[in-house]
Amino acid sequence: MTAATTPAKSGVRSVPGAPLLELDGVKMHFKAKGDGLLARKTQWVQAVDGVDLTVSPGETIGLVGESGCGKSTTARLITRLLEPTAGEIRYQGVDIAHMSERKLRPYRREIQLIFQDPYSSLNPRHTVGTIVGTALRTHGMVAKSGELARVQELLEVVGLNPEHYNRYPHEFSGGQRQRIGIARALAARPKIIVADEPVSALDVSIQAQVMNLLESLRQELGIAFVFIAHDLGVVRHFCDRVAVMYLGRVVEEGPRDALYEKPQHPYTQALLSAVPDIGVVRGVPPKNRIRLVGDVPSPVDPPSGCRFRTRCWKAQDICATEDPALIERAPAQRVACHFAEPPAESILAETA
Amino acid sequence: MKEEQAVLLYILKRVLSAISVVIVTLVASFALFFFAPTDPAGVICGPRCTPERVADIESSLGLDQPKAEQVLLYMKGIVVGREYSTGGVVRHCDAPCLGYSYTLGQPVTKLIGAALPVTVSIVIGGAVVYLIVGILSGTIAAQVRGTSLDRFVVGTTLVVQSIPYFVFALMIALYATFLPDSRYHPFLDNPLLWAGGLLAAWLTIGVTNAASYTRYSRASMIEALGQDFVRTATSKGISRRRVVYRHGLRAGLTPVVTIFGIDLAFQLTGAIFTETIFNLPGLGLLTLRAFGQYDLPVLMGGVLIGSVVLVLMNLVVDIVYTFLDPRVRLG
Amino acid sequence: MSDQTTGVPQTVTRAPREAAAGEEAYLEVTDLQVQFPTADGLVRAVQGLSYSVPLRRTLAIVGESGSGKSVSSMAVLGLHDRRVARITGSIKVGGREVVNMSDKDLEGFRGGDAAMIFQDPQSSLHPYFTVGSQIMESYRAHNNVSKRAAKERAIDMLGRVGIPNPRRRVDQYPHEFSGGMRQRAMIAMALVNDPKLLIADEPTTALDVTVQAQILDLIADLQRDFGSAVVFITHDLGVVAEIADDILVMYAGTAVEHGPVNKILGEPLHPYAWGLLESIPALTGEPQPLHPIPGTPPSLLAVPSGCPFHPRCEFKDRVPDDWCTTLRPDLIPRTADLGRTSRCHLKEPDKVFETEVLPRLP
Repeated sequence: MTAATTPAKSGVRSVPGAPLLELDGVKMHFKAKGDGLLARKTQWVQAVDGVDLTVSPGETIGLVGESGCGKSTTARLITRLLEPTAGEIRYQGVDIAHMSERKLRPYRREIQLIFQDPYSSLNPRHTVGTIVGTALRTHGMVAKSGELARVQELLEVVGLNPEHYNRYPHEFSGGQRQRIGIARALAARPKIIVADEPVSALDVSIQAQVMNLLESLRQELGIAFVFIAHDLGVVRHFCDRVAVMYLGRVVEEGPRDALYEKPQHPYTQALLSAVPDIGVVRGVPPKNRIRLVGDVPSPVDPPSGCRFRTRCWKAQDICATEDPALIERAPAQRVACHFAEPPAESILAETA
Repeated sequence: MKEEQAVLLYILKRVLSAISVVIVTLVASFALFFFAPTDPAGVICGPRCTPERVADIESSLGLDQPKAEQVLLYMKGIVVGREYSTGGVVRHCDAPCLGYSYTLGQPVTKLIGAALPVTVSIVIGGAVVYLIVGILSGTIAAQVRGTSLDRFVVGTTLVVQSIPYFVFALMIALYATFLPDSRYHPFLDNPLLWAGGLLAAWLTIGVTNAASYTRYSRASMIEALGQDFVRTATSKGISRRRVVYRHGLRAGLTPVVTIFGIDLAFQLTGAIFTETIFNLPGLGLLTLRAFGQYDLPVLMGGVLIGSVVLVLMNLVVDIVYTFLDPRVRLG
Repeated sequence: MSDQTTGVPQTVTRAPREAAAGEEAYLEVTDLQVQFPTADGLVRAVQGLSYSVPLRRTLAIVGESGSGKSVSSMAVLGLHDRRVARITGSIKVGGREVVNMSDKDLEGFRGGDAAMIFQDPQSSLHPYFTVGSQIMESYRAHNNVSKRAAKERAIDMLGRVGIPNPRRRVDQYPHEFSGGMRQRAMIAMALVNDPKLLIADEPTTALDVTVQAQILDLIADLQRDFGSAVVFITHDLGVVAEIADDILVMYAGTAVEHGPVNKILGEPLHPYAWGLLESIPALTGEPQPLHPIPGTPPSLLAVPSGCPFHPRCEFKDRVPDDWCTTLRPDLIPRTADLGRTSRCHLKEPDKVFETEVLPRLP
């Protein structure tokens, strides 16, 4: 592990005292199809609409929310696979939101992405050695002579047999392929890894193996993570802080325990309340579960004011007219709701 | 927006874009033929030709005018018609005038007008044959995938596809003597004679293309029958035939429609072999002759018709798609 | 939706299910084997599976990919292509044998007595037909009624599964529905003929968690109304805890543990079930390190000898005489409790669980 922990010399500028990563009012609006000769009115899908987020070195922040909430788009914005419509993405204080591809290159090395689907994110015609080696070469991490040794070292770090460097992705199982993806990300010696649903395509027993691997990397290499998942248990297990997204915005953000035990936003409460809990069978008395009515509105035409108000039991007139700001309601816990308050009784069943 | 309005709007958009493509093609064909460093007048005049005669022909063709002027004249001819004068004789060419063929002594429009029904008859009749044979055998093969019947069907298509197209046509011309003589009779005069005279050509086009349509349909149906919604249909307890033909075929045919549209367009513009071998005076034969005689106006007319047909078929495919797939219609 | 803003959330309490024991089995699977001959060899997808489900009860079949949970359930509806699948054993639904049933009889049986809902409502509904016409087709396949009557039935069913404005929705296409609405429509289609057996194959896996909660409620409500037997296939133990009466844990094509949910999830006796529980992060308490099962599930082309789980089992050293590698354990009661069975040679598994496994559960 010694070589892996040595900090790489950074080719990036940085502003002293600035946080590692900072998203400031980031928006991403996609043009909806249906434009053309006669359709004058172009529609915009507001996939991400004003997200603020801060990540400190070595910290793990979880992004949760349901499909269409914008969490995956946020991942692609942080890694600058997308250029935001508005807002700033500051890496060590330097805005990379609209940086040219050439200038961006050293930053790309420090911000790596792990994909959800280990099957489609690896080139089937390349050996594992080539896949990981390419990542090394792209960022000029090692001399040509040392490449194989480093590839094998990385394979060992992620728990694969280093002798398997000349095998192809299809010769590995799903969990092992995800390990290859992790080795590729580690090759660049990143300071931050954005993991977009890294375990959700895996079976439960394999999922736990990969989670433990990520956990040990985090502790030993001090890499910061932006961890995106829809499984609230997985996020809780892995993250220091959690941000809940709904329809393109962060509605609540805070330290893990506060967010899971005293969620203040009605949506967070409903989300946690909806998770089926195995505790029931261990004699835990069943809880009242909040059931949301209806569907998430279209991001093309989101509700005015608070975006959750159409499904919220607390909604008043003010919710339609005034967009609630994300403000601190408890220590380090920020909530975007006019009527934020902790739940009267615990949302989650206590384990007996 | 109502569904009908959405569909109409969609079709209108496609028609407008189709028209713009045709205009671009028109201009491009001009560039190809009128701006080429050739001497059509010299070719028309022949080897023993006087410079006066060449000048006369050039002025009658309008070739002595500036190029831009020629383009405008041609365009004008399409819209309102124009007149050609050679040696004091004035020939009128009605709109839409695509030029005047001196070698054949007739307006191009008239020539194409006579040749087009022949080609359309050949191609449509052939298409009926290969669609029925191809889709049916492809669908059946997909259902019995992996069995000896399937292997037989696939093997046959391989054999048929490896025989060159003209060899097939020749074989039919030489050996299928029981077929009526190949000759074009207008459909409206006598439908029976029309069909009889085209039978050999239909068989040629039908059999050669049926092989590829069998393969398209087979592949497409195998994919369709593996879809989740086919499994759902089976789980409902409807008959296997209904599952295959209502649920599977409906989805499996959609990609075949696309290929068919493009194929049809190409066949309409280039059934040259079939027309030559069976001596049917269609578009292919007309343009082939024009090519040999350097009959520029006819060649240009052929290119124009070809491009219009191609664009038109694409349009038809798009519109058919909106009826096949509601996601296109309403998405 | 201002009418719902009452200041109080709509809540549901899921009380522990009352076991309606003692009823006669409606679905009875005995020694089911499903094999697929392939170019690489024989894939043994299901090997000797037996279980039964009475009316009004829900059996959850859990397992990871390749455990045989979906393959066995498709066999119950006769959905396997007989030219590629080799099926032996017995599947009795309402007394009728499904294995080797004629095609004609299968048509009457599928969608009539037994119906199925699938994982991905997006791909499971035909994109080219309206939702209504797909429900009507199912109804008319089993009932000799006019189109008009079938449409009324479809509208009625859409309403019953909680689709607002069913009279308008009935003429819409699946892509005009949201994911949750599509799954509701699938459920309406499956229940249109009042089937006595409903098989739900991962019906909520593709859905978001709040939508999943709605669909789970719906299935539970409808089961109460229709009184059907339900087989619920899932990999999510939390879902099982909420919806099922009994649970069957599958591994490598066989059942490794079977019994009432609260017993199997509360005090499992098979090391594979222990491993699953140790792999799931908890929503409460101090996060504990996970203890994943080492290795990967076996290939069904070469299922390990003896107990198929032995290559991944940390307890096999406790069993004498290499039983685990040579002798396939039977699915029998392993403790004084005769209402539950498991397939493991380990002695006194209840004590091992209590003293060694329980303390380290997340």
